[in-house]
Amino acid sequence: MEKTMKKNPLYFCLFLLPTLLAFMIGFVIPFGMGIYLSLCDFNTVNDAKFVGVENYMQIFQGDDTFVHSFWFTALFAVISTVAINVIAFMVAVLLTKNFGGTNLFRTVFFMPNLLGGVLLGTIWKVLLNGVLVMFKETLTTKGVYGFIGLLILIIWQQVGYMMIIYVAGLQGVSDDLKEAARIDGANNRQILFKITIPLVMPSISMCTFLSITNGFKLFDQNLTLTGGEPMHNTEMLALNIYNSFYDRIGWKGVGQAKAVIFFLLVGLIAIVQLKLTQSKEAD
Amino acid sequence: MESTKKLKTADEIKIKRKKSDIIFTIVFSIISVFWVYPLIMVLINSFKEKMYISLNPFSLPDAESSVGLANYDQAVNTQMNFMAGMWNSLVITVLSVFLILLCTSMCAYYVTRVNTWYTKVFYYLCLFSMIVPFQMIMFPLSKVTDVLQLNTPYVIPIVYLGFGAGTAMFMFGNFLKSIPPDIEEAAMIDGCDPIKTFFLVVLPIMKPTVISVGILETMWIWNDYLLPYLVLKTRLYKTVPIVVQYFQGGYGRVEWGAIMASMVITITPIVILYLFLQKYIIKGVLSGAVKG
Repeated sequence: MEKTMKKNPLYFCLFLLPTLLAFMIGFVIPFGMGIYLSLCDFNTVNDAKFVGVENYMQIFQGDDTFVHSFWFTALFAVISTVAINVIAFMVAVLLTKNFGGTNLFRTVFFMPNLLGGVLLGTIWKVLLNGVLVMFKETLTTKGVYGFIGLLILIIWQQVGYMMIIYVAGLQGVSDDLKEAARIDGANNRQILFKITIPLVMPSISMCTFLSITNGFKLFDQNLTLTGGEPMHNTEMLALNIYNSFYDRIGWKGVGQAKAVIFFLLVGLIAIVQLKLTQSKEAD
Repeated sequence: MESTKKLKTADEIKIKRKKSDIIFTIVFSIISVFWVYPLIMVLINSFKEKMYISLNPFSLPDAESSVGLANYDQAVNTQMNFMAGMWNSLVITVLSVFLILLCTSMCAYYVTRVNTWYTKVFYYLCLFSMIVPFQMIMFPLSKVTDVLQLNTPYVIPIVYLGFGAGTAMFMFGNFLKSIPPDIEEAAMIDGCDPIKTFFLVVLPIMKPTVISVGILETMWIWNDYLLPYLVLKTRLYKTVPIVVQYFQGGYGRVEWGAIMASMVITITPIVILYLFLQKYIIKGVLSGAVKG
């Protein structure tokens, strides 16, 4: 098989080439250009002029929105990760018990995931503004409203998703093991912390990773719910980069430099996560 | 005597359990109602006049605030181009998912079966692309696709194939590595060429993975906002998320009525589809969660 496919270039063209070409267009070339352009001053690409690390300096000198959005995003990612996973885990534990309607409840909890970020943002904008209007406020009058609003939105969206993963993990824990512990005199709490949680650790690390990267990369919901208002106060990293490109004249180079830093940050989280899971698997 | 006593306690435990079960069911029923409330709110408000939507989204439509189906009429028939957006979203999603499934499954097959330096490099690049956030490449990508004229719903699937290749290659690759090539060898001996072998032997075995990848890519592409917004000629072609965002855009008053109605039209088929395909969607989510 290998020989036939390797020898005849027809198979290379048929099997590999379409994806390879699209991958070049859709990823490799833009990625390479992105790195190069982060070192350039440009408006349209054709007028790119090499300026070295000037864009990177500019991020921290001419603009304090990026640093602000970094802390906003980091705080948001950490709080949302904890909240989502604690809630999703609790729901999953309860919904793996045998009582009436568990399947229906799982269906309901997952439902928000069917909608895209723009729709989610729009729905919660109406809902939260509807509440705030009673106090003569809106989502964009104070940064803290936007923060909490985004938090509620993301919890509503992702709890169901993570719950699905936790339910699958919990179903893998054998009842015999729990029963044996019970006979040995362990109470419910001990069984949860000493048996169930260690055994679903792979699910926990998976979900933590997913929710923290989702938190860092959040864009659509941020754009629709507050658009970064008031005064860039609720602007997260992805939106901050977007605004540097499309909302500020002459800042495309800086925007691209920000994007490179953003990429490194997300990559770093992925690597740390990978290392953590690997070391755990080695145990 | 003792045994009957034991039986009694067992019965008591059962009754106790039944009681707590009922309480759990009730509590979760209440939570579930709250959980779907935002969606129900959209439905309710789609029958209200726009001023009443932003003023009090929690009220039911009454004689004063109700507009009947006028919002739906506005969303479908007037300047909003909403139905065109639905069509574009549908075309883009169907074509892209089909293209991704066909091309990446074939590609992953070649990459896992032909062991050379370039297939390895390509595979690792695909994995690498999975951690790169879209903002990193969005501007150059929009320029590249502009030059290549990949800016209509019928050709944007090529862009999705490129940017979405990572996850699909990873999932297909993982699966293909786990199945021994013996069956394929047997097919070869029986006179199948690699193309026949792939379509008649390998692809049927891969069916569960094909479904999972298909579901994940569908959910991503149908809901995607920024990529089509930057790549498509948005003046001519909008997708559903773009239309919904556009309704709220900077020009004049926000047409909340039309927004609510168009959201109902968008969400309803998805929810119905979900209720039928739930099993597969959950499977897709679970197999996708293994990545990273």
